[in-house]
Amino acid sequence: MKPLLNSLPETVFTTKVDDLLNWGRASSQWYMLFGLACCAIELMQTGGPRADVDRFGCVPRATPRQSDLMIVAGTLTYKMAKRTKLLYEQMPDPKYVISMGSCANCGGLFQLAYSVCKGVDKIIPVDVYVPGCPPRPEALTEGLMRIQEKMMRERWLVKQPAAVGESTGA
Amino acid sequence: MEAKEIYARLKKQFPEKVSGFQGEVFDPNLHVDPQAIVEVCRYLRDNPDLRFETLSDLTGLDLPKENKIQVVYHLFSYSHRHPIVIKVDLPREDPHVSTMEGVWKAANWMEREVFDLFGVVFEGHSDLRRILLPEDWVGHPLRKDYVEEEEYDGISTQRAPLVEKLLR
Repeated sequence: MKPLLNSLPETVFTTKVDDLLNWGRASSQWYMLFGLACCAIELMQTGGPRADVDRFGCVPRATPRQSDLMIVAGTLTYKMAKRTKLLYEQMPDPKYVISMGSCANCGGLFQLAYSVCKGVDKIIPVDVYVPGCPPRPEALTEGLMRIQEKMMRERWLVKQPAAVGESTGA
Repeated sequence: MEAKEIYARLKKQFPEKVSGFQGEVFDPNLHVDPQAIVEVCRYLRDNPDLRFETLSDLTGLDLPKENKIQVVYHLFSYSHRHPIVIKVDLPREDPHVSTMEGVWKAANWMEREVFDLFGVVFEGHSDLRRILLPEDWVGHPLRKDYVEEEEYDGISTQRAPLVEKLLR
């Protein structure tokens, strides 16, 4: 992560506003306190002192309205799918989703069961898939860092180039 | 008390209603006429020599070849330390049986589960709703002839075939 380019000496830094925004956003990913099955135990481990994702600003929030990131940890049943979608819709933009573990990725071990949703991407868009059953805290940390990379690439203030044939009004 | 003696007791008390004793299995069991199940269970609970205080489990069983659905009651007596299993045969088309709620309150949720997954209607149940599946679910999935719907509530239930994935 190199958003702050030190071009002037001592205490003055110059950077782009986009980079500064992204740097702030990537360094404070607040994830929703939300676990569905055994993957949630690994999610707790990831938040615990050994993996310690707090060190790059990942803090669990107990409400979707204050979260930036949803980690879908565990088997998603159809009964829960509706609620998961509702929780996702309650999160403020920009929002990101990590699908954690085989069950959330594709239904996993339970994909032949009548009550299990065949992947969380059937209901909400997913940014990063973390494989494993369940993934170790290192794997989830890697997933969080991939989200950080994705955040750093985003541009909020630069105008998107107009599509071909679209009138600019000039 | 041995399972054989329990069966002898019941046979003496309800000669017409009790049959089909199996003693040489892990869970000794017997069949009871569906009309008499509440009566028999109340006797099992209240008789001082039997005293089955607990309904440990209540499950269902779908047997399409014999065209019947079984409801299975697992009973246990903590005072006498003896178990027994009672089975009730119901027709597969329209399974109805009286609720056991008046004898053991624990039956409430377990009967809801059997209703949810097998479609057995428990007459006189105080709150017969689905307990595990969503309330707008169609069908009873533990029946052998259950076919999964194409989609549930706008969510597709389709998945990539596993073998094709491996061959790719």
